[in-house]
Amino acid sequence: MRVTVRFFAILKERVGRSELIEEVEPGSTIEGLWKTLTGEFPSLLPFTGRILYAVNQTYAKGSHLLQADDEVALIPPVSGGCERCSSK
Amino acid sequence: MFIKVTSEAINPASLIEAVRDPAAGALALFLGTTRDHHEGREVRRLAYEAYSGMAERELEKIARTVRERWRIREVAIVHRVGPVEIGESSVGIAVSSDHRKEAFAACRYAIDTLKKTVPIWKKEFYRDGEVWIGSQDGSTEIQDLPGSRATTPGEQG
Repeated sequence: MRVTVRFFAILKERVGRSELIEEVEPGSTIEGLWKTLTGEFPSLLPFTGRILYAVNQTYAKGSHLLQADDEVALIPPVSGGCERCSSK
Repeated sequence: MFIKVTSEAINPASLIEAVRDPAAGALALFLGTTRDHHEGREVRRLAYEAYSGMAERELEKIARTVRERWRIREVAIVHRVGPVEIGESSVGIAVSSDHRKEAFAACRYAIDTLKKTVPIWKKEFYRDGEVWIGSQDGSTEIQDLPGSRATTPGEQG
């Protein structure tokens, strides 16, 4: 089955595109999809464990089971991630 | 409630207008403005990128939560995307309520939550390079995200 993968911000630059269609086995999880993607795009590897996922525009866990035609978004930390600045 | 993600300049007067209510005795307005420095480096310009659709949905979620938690009259949230000049507003939040305590608290919650949950990214451009802000920080966990539908597998929709 096919899912659409969307990349944003730093991930989009690393991959060099904003989206792609990925073929996954039924029963695949988001984490499984991430593993496949890091195989295709090793530049994504440093982000393992540091991003959030969304499925059809709702945050989802890595264990979330994918359905055909899902839109999976890989969400790098958002723009307010300046915790270090406020703790000074 | 008034929610917008826009490439146009944020007009504080229109935010105030959006939440004005004759029953309100307080109106809190927060503007997040673009800074000319970050961790000691001079920032020349900035640009924001949004996950269009989901960004609006997450903003709406914040507005709904604000309405549930505090006795407020109205809430409005606007976020810029695209290039933003130094000193301009990148985000604006207005809340009206009968008394000031609720307006302040709701406004504070809205901006703090927005910064954690709304998929909008900021890129800073320096004289000698550019950086996606937040891209070095993996501190936000999905458990921290209020209203996430993915808290347990049984709840996934």
